[in-house]
Amino acid sequence: MKFYSFHLMPYGALDLDYVEKHVSASLVLPNTYYDPQIGHQLYNRYLDELELADELGFDGVCVNEHHQSAYGLMPTPAVMAGALSRSVKRGKICILGRALPLLSNPLSVAEEYAMLDNITGGRFIAGFVRGIGVEYHATGVNPTYSLERFHEAHDLIIRAWTEEGPFPFEGKHYSYNYVNLWPRPFQQPHPDVWIPSGGSLETIRWASDPKRKYVYLNVYSNVDVACGLMDTYRNCAEAYGYTASSEQLGMALPIYVAETDAIARREAKPHIEAFFNKFLRMTNEMLLPPGYTSVSSLKTLLITSRETLMANHSLEAVDKLGMFLVGSPETVRERLAEFEQRLGIGHLCAIMQFGSLPHAQTKRNLELFAEEVMPHFRAKVTAGSCA
Amino acid sequence: MVTEHRIDIRGCQVAYQRGGKGEPLLLLHGMDGRASWDSVLSRLTEHHDVILPDHPGFGASGSGEWIDDMADLALFYLDFLDALQIEQCHLAGHCLGGWLAAEVSVMQPQRFKSLSLCAAAGIRVDGCPMGDAFLWNPDDTIGQLIVDPQARETMRAKQSSERDIELMLKARQMSARLAWHPRFHNPHLRKWLHRLTMPTMIQWGESDRLFPVAYAHGYHAMIPHAQLHLYRDCGHFPMLEATDRYLEHLNAFTAKASA
Repeated sequence: MKFYSFHLMPYGALDLDYVEKHVSASLVLPNTYYDPQIGHQLYNRYLDELELADELGFDGVCVNEHHQSAYGLMPTPAVMAGALSRSVKRGKICILGRALPLLSNPLSVAEEYAMLDNITGGRFIAGFVRGIGVEYHATGVNPTYSLERFHEAHDLIIRAWTEEGPFPFEGKHYSYNYVNLWPRPFQQPHPDVWIPSGGSLETIRWASDPKRKYVYLNVYSNVDVACGLMDTYRNCAEAYGYTASSEQLGMALPIYVAETDAIARREAKPHIEAFFNKFLRMTNEMLLPPGYTSVSSLKTLLITSRETLMANHSLEAVDKLGMFLVGSPETVRERLAEFEQRLGIGHLCAIMQFGSLPHAQTKRNLELFAEEVMPHFRAKVTAGSCA
Repeated sequence: MVTEHRIDIRGCQVAYQRGGKGEPLLLLHGMDGRASWDSVLSRLTEHHDVILPDHPGFGASGSGEWIDDMADLALFYLDFLDALQIEQCHLAGHCLGGWLAAEVSVMQPQRFKSLSLCAAAGIRVDGCPMGDAFLWNPDDTIGQLIVDPQARETMRAKQSSERDIELMLKARQMSARLAWHPRFHNPHLRKWLHRLTMPTMIQWGESDRLFPVAYAHGYHAMIPHAQLHLYRDCGHFPMLEATDRYLEHLNAFTAKASA
């Protein structure tokens, strides 16, 4: 299994009492809650943490994109990837990912990713996402066109990377008389593409298409659901006539390791609960704007899980559901082995800093994980399946 | 007697109700769909031959997936009138349907004997933000759109069936498709409102929190010959919260326009 250190770069100093006045840490939380003096320290601290992960032997470092939110402070993740592209010496740099439909000129992603791929000499992984629902409120982009725009922008980027320019591109949402990418990507035909997603059948079927074979990265599902989604990917691949490898499947989730189970749980508790209940807090209307999801899946969500969308998560609950790995190195090793076996994944994007977790704890978490957990999973490529 | 009909317009099934005596009145519903007209429909038919369609994407009509914006929908309704062989009619629209009515009548002003805009979307009044209907939850929505506390309680107490939820989600999705951005207006519409030379009436609840009453004055400033009626203690649905005054004004207005 390959390991990546995934940083969301939250505003860790968030006043958690905001919930008394505001419904979410995104969109509607006044930016007076943000102190630039603290922001300056946090950005640099978080970059240090990713650089440390590289020194400790992680296979890569990951950043991503969010807008108008205390949950993630990277509206332009390429700024962070650019800063890391000279200091991360060994591992890959992954943007997981850029939200294509939110852009009026998605060719800029082809350009910026190609630059990063050139600077790092091909140590770059290209993530494409649709952006979360609330970002359609934040940008004004029409969510009912989200999927159309995603596919069109994706096709444009891949063509820009692989076809001789200049050529015209004629789409419904995007059109260009001249597509002629300078620089061309370093990796040929183009950087590896990852698709981080909650996981709709349509997305998984599209990602697993033999023309693409993109890595499907599950984000924030509980382990039973994730297991089903990995099976879906493998089944889609079989239907296409090939067998998916573990290299095509990954999972992102927060992890906390300390000397003992008791210490780990005690130290992680306030921060992981803040992460799920305060940083990620959102109303249904923010999370699921009309058209972002089909009417039928939205109806199912509203009827079957009206309560769980905004459930209050305790450490105990997220641990049990497999949305968080916590404990001594031994416990985390056992749990991870179970995950690897059940999910058949080849990539783990470990969120080693979450919510308000301070630097000292993040640093020790990274060190213990890299030294006591990762080595046990090296040089093993599983072709496992969900039991 | 109102009856249900279906007609195919360029591959899209349109479900509509029709009935009543008098001249034809095409009634265009708002973002919530046809339901808010249920209780007043029979009274409207006393003086009009009312035609009340579900817009493509709403209610029992087809999805009309090729309809991308309000200009498409306006042209679609000209096709609809052609198919029904209605050469001239009165036109009334509420909310999203008010915007649609303004777009349709700008395109073919001679086709409409009168135009009534009720709590209509379609324009933006700078410095006076609309309510953000897409961010309100169902409970907020009732509070923002309805003024009468008892009517609010009745609506909140109503149990939604699975079918109701599906219709609500469809209505929201098509409304978003048409009106998410630019939000509930066409920045170019104001350039063409001078083409509305037919008798025009603007009807608005003074306490509308989706399109505040400044939007009624905004329309009035751009259509100076229009009659303006504002209703006190009334939110976004004058036909529900000011039913008698709303109908009285509409009936008198269309009668005069027909004379």
